[in-house]
Amino acid sequence: MADQGTGSGTDVEKYDAAVPTGTGIVTSDRIENPGFEPVRLRVSELDPKKDKANERRVALMFGLSMIGSAGAIAAYIIFPIVPGDPGSVRTNTFLLGLGLALGLFGIGFGAVHWAKSLMDGHDLVEFRHGTRGSDATRAKAAEVFHLGNKESGIGRRHLIRNTLIGALVFFPLPGIVVFRDLAPAADPNQLLKFTMWKKGTRLTKDPSGVPIKASDVTLGSVFHVIPDGLNDLPDKLEQKAKAAVLLMRLKPEDLHVSKGRESWNYQGIIAYSKICTHVGCPVALYEQQTHHLLCPCHQSTFDITHEAEVIFGPANRPLPQLPITIDSEGYLVAQSDFHEPVGPSFWERKH
Amino acid sequence: MAKTASPSARKARATGRRSPLASVSLLVIGLLATGGAYAMFTTSATAETSSQVTSMVSQGQKLFAANCASCHGMNAQGSSAAPTLIGVGAASVDFQVGTGRMPAAATGPQIAKKAVQFTDSQIAALAAYVASLGPGPAIPEPQYLTGKGNVATGAELFRVNCAMCHNVAGAGGALTQGKYAPNLHSVSAKHIYEAMLTGPQSMPVFNDLNITPQDKANIISYLTYLNKNPSPGGLSLGDLGPVSEGLFVWIFALGSVVAITVWLTAKSN
Amino acid sequence: MTVDTTAAAAAPATGESDLPPTTGTRVTNWAANYIDERTSISGLVKELGRKIFPDHWSFMLGEVALYSFVVILLSGTFLTFFFQPSMAVVTYNGSYAPLKGIQMSTALSSTLNISFDVRGGLLLRQVHHWAALLFIAAIGLHMLRIYFTGAFRKPREINWIIGFVLFILALAEGFTGYSLPDDLLSGNGLRIINGMVEGIPVVGTWIDYLLFGGEFPGTAIIGRFYSLHILLLPAILVAALGAHMVLLIVNKHTQFAGPGRTEGNVVGSPIMPVFAAKAGGFFFIIFGVIMLTASFVTINPVWLYGPYDPSPISAGTQPDWYIGFADGALRLVPPHWEFMLGPYTVSMNIIIPILVLLVLLALVAAYPFFEAWVTGDKREHHIADRPRNAPTRTAIGAAGVTFYGVLWAAASSDLIATHFMLTVESVIHVLQALLIVGPFISYHVAKRICIALQKKDREVALHGFESGRIVRLPGGEYVEVHEQLSDYERWKLVSFDDNAPIMLRPNKDGKITAGARLRARASNWFFEDRIAPVSLTEIEQQHHEHAAVES
Repeated sequence: MADQGTGSGTDVEKYDAAVPTGTGIVTSDRIENPGFEPVRLRVSELDPKKDKANERRVALMFGLSMIGSAGAIAAYIIFPIVPGDPGSVRTNTFLLGLGLALGLFGIGFGAVHWAKSLMDGHDLVEFRHGTRGSDATRAKAAEVFHLGNKESGIGRRHLIRNTLIGALVFFPLPGIVVFRDLAPAADPNQLLKFTMWKKGTRLTKDPSGVPIKASDVTLGSVFHVIPDGLNDLPDKLEQKAKAAVLLMRLKPEDLHVSKGRESWNYQGIIAYSKICTHVGCPVALYEQQTHHLLCPCHQSTFDITHEAEVIFGPANRPLPQLPITIDSEGYLVAQSDFHEPVGPSFWERKH
Repeated sequence: MAKTASPSARKARATGRRSPLASVSLLVIGLLATGGAYAMFTTSATAETSSQVTSMVSQGQKLFAANCASCHGMNAQGSSAAPTLIGVGAASVDFQVGTGRMPAAATGPQIAKKAVQFTDSQIAALAAYVASLGPGPAIPEPQYLTGKGNVATGAELFRVNCAMCHNVAGAGGALTQGKYAPNLHSVSAKHIYEAMLTGPQSMPVFNDLNITPQDKANIISYLTYLNKNPSPGGLSLGDLGPVSEGLFVWIFALGSVVAITVWLTAKSN
Repeated sequence: MTVDTTAAAAAPATGESDLPPTTGTRVTNWAANYIDERTSISGLVKELGRKIFPDHWSFMLGEVALYSFVVILLSGTFLTFFFQPSMAVVTYNGSYAPLKGIQMSTALSSTLNISFDVRGGLLLRQVHHWAALLFIAAIGLHMLRIYFTGAFRKPREINWIIGFVLFILALAEGFTGYSLPDDLLSGNGLRIINGMVEGIPVVGTWIDYLLFGGEFPGTAIIGRFYSLHILLLPAILVAALGAHMVLLIVNKHTQFAGPGRTEGNVVGSPIMPVFAAKAGGFFFIIFGVIMLTASFVTINPVWLYGPYDPSPISAGTQPDWYIGFADGALRLVPPHWEFMLGPYTVSMNIIIPILVLLVLLALVAAYPFFEAWVTGDKREHHIADRPRNAPTRTAIGAAGVTFYGVLWAAASSDLIATHFMLTVESVIHVLQALLIVGPFISYHVAKRICIALQKKDREVALHGFESGRIVRLPGGEYVEVHEQLSDYERWKLVSFDDNAPIMLRPNKDGKITAGARLRARASNWFFEDRIAPVSLTEIEQQHHEHAAVES
């Protein structure tokens, strides 16, 4: 506020007068700034009673705040959580929060009301300086750099300068290399191309792991399937993320089977990877009348009657089919692993 | 009699806190009442049963001819407009008619739930008639509908088998071409069971070998749990997840904050 | 230009020396002296204590973001005392019945314990999450305010960039935090990230492998996100926030045009005491709003979602609102955008959305420099524009908001379909069309509205406003009396920057470069439809005519 009242002109405008205005038009035919409006007094400045009333109001709000905070402590103690009763969690959360909110609002609204109605409300003026340093300061700064250059000789001693730059370029590289072990040594491409399905693996129910007989799968049914033995694996989720399968039964005449896949279904029972070929959400919404599979994340739609080809949405490829048959006890088993990588596309998918 | 026992037990539970003994004694009373009633009913009424069934089937046949046959055919053999009902079973009829979906009002992407058109006894008659046409899923036993199963197992099965369409909280969701999986909040336990068993419209069938009757009861118990226990965090915003949370924060939270900034920066009188 | 400071600036505060010394003032004096002799803080107080902040509701939006962030820090610290960022599998045995006996990660189990076994834990979790949503929403609105009032112009371009960095950091904080509970919803969010990263050409598979520490989902990602979420990202965020505030003080706040306000001054309330009381109070109000929301409304009910498992999913799986635009971009891609490049798979259905988002963000970051290049204006600008007075900028902003809005809406295409009885397919097709056409429509509509409002302003400045008073003239004719504006009122309507397209002129070598041509064309695009502010001559002429009629 040191500049207050220095009167006309500031260095912002002086400086700006010298710089290009570009598209900006500077005209002398501009209407003059009329200057500040006359000051309007507030009721609390005119009427001491109102002033007092406002004071009481502010104090009341601060008082309410204390009541709120005390209430929050009371709620914490009086309404504890009863194990197993979610209703008690709701009551505790609600009343504790309400008390705290009152405590906060009391301070907040009180302080703002105080500022608005009782503190000096007249606009004050502060002058701006140009953001740019003054010419003298800039000259001093340039001098500092000049001295730095002269005394260190960095501009002159090219060998030192260049080797320093080289060292600084190389120094962070080990920092990048050490991140290699963020993941194990194996090649992800190989991992992504295989799942735990192999010849003879039984299809079992997710999550129980109970094997499924072909006769269990009636028309219109859908089974969410995991490979037998998955639940016992230490890397269960990683394997499940590739091996989850959806099993359905259609009338054999509804299936449009392409060459080479004739034996992949068992009497109209078909198994498809549940992992979307777009970005990997589980494509689990099976409509038993239209035989469409819908992904709830990005709405890719696959037609099961046409080997899960994409009929809508951002996915590109059909869901991979798992060739299945039955074993001697009538349980559904895989004939082999999938014949292509499941899940989202990746660069080396076909490589 | 069996039917009246369970609502009164539910009422007793709803009144709030009780001693641990109370639930045991209630259970005993409930079991005795149900068992006794069942015993009485079966012994004294066996003779009347067969004649009652025949009269119900014939009543159902009349209702069917008047209300359903125009689409499903005089002998429920089906037509281009509607599927055959031979072998769909009593459960299917009880679900479709009992939720008001049938008789269908208008064709659309999906036949929606609406006001029920028939009385309970008429529905029972229709179900008996359709059940008489061929073997099919029967109306579920009340023992699976009590909502007293294992909620944790039910919740897990619900997430695996149901949540992808009906949403984890049973709030419903979109299917293709304007079809949708309906909200499950106010659906009765019996209708949920029947829906799993029969796979109405787009919904797949979950036969008893896929989800056992006991597991169906567990799923129903989980949904009953959700209905009985409002969200511990407060309003649930329709259980629609981040979308409704985002709308809430923009409209209500940021809206009120902006209103407060206007007040805060306005000149005082 | 002369500024009448005495009219507006009342006498400064009289100073504490007038007050009789009490015990309180003696203690205060002693403490002030003690601190100053060890820190020279008096210099800082002198410099900053009476700095002026202009009053306008939209100038508070940045504060909303700042205070939400403070709430996030406070509530987040509480949560760290209970949360365990581990993906080790445990059997849940807490008090929420529907998950009892279920296997889940320690992360989710500890989140459930915070929710159901720690008093106030659920409240604080909800405070933290609601504050995060409000934080980013307030940043968004704050950025829109800066954009539409031109407050990014010289000398504030660097602060715009810092603000932009803060916005990106906030998104990253939000996403990492959303993922931490390791529930089904956020796990599927990570699954989508996994799929997107794998879709990046050449390096995607490896980046994904390193990110997740092996195959998805692995056992590393929650711990890694936790380090980012509570250490690295907040540290950078706080540093950038500090720089943002320092530059705010250096540049001083912009203000809207008004009587007495010029490019050379700031008019408003001093920090001590009025602004401090208002801003301090406002912090408590924001905290209160978040607290009230958290006590009334559930957010992120992880107990419903259950543990992450790659097989189940919920209908209506969406990210938090601020990631919605990215999810929407993925949803709007038509089928079959993937092709083979020799033996390699190129997933354009993922690459294009990523590029669209990056370009959108880059345009946001670069806009101030683009406009500075178009105008060639090297002056400092401290008077905020009314959006109507920069029609092309406003129109570009409207187009950008529409583009973003369509992407955002697309992220809830399934809910739009179920709630408005539409098909998902038609919703997506309409949004695909709107994504292309919508920005053009908004551009033109916004520009026309701005110009219409400018014309209306001109009309009112010159001829006054309709008073609603009908007068019968002696000839029997009825006219509505127009009331003239006061000088103060008029000033708000006429005091805006006027721009005209650059004339294409040869440079000092006598050549017209391609760059100059492009720039002339750009400036023409910006300013060809300009409405000039009312000039002094026009006003005087108008007054003469008016006087002539009246006499």
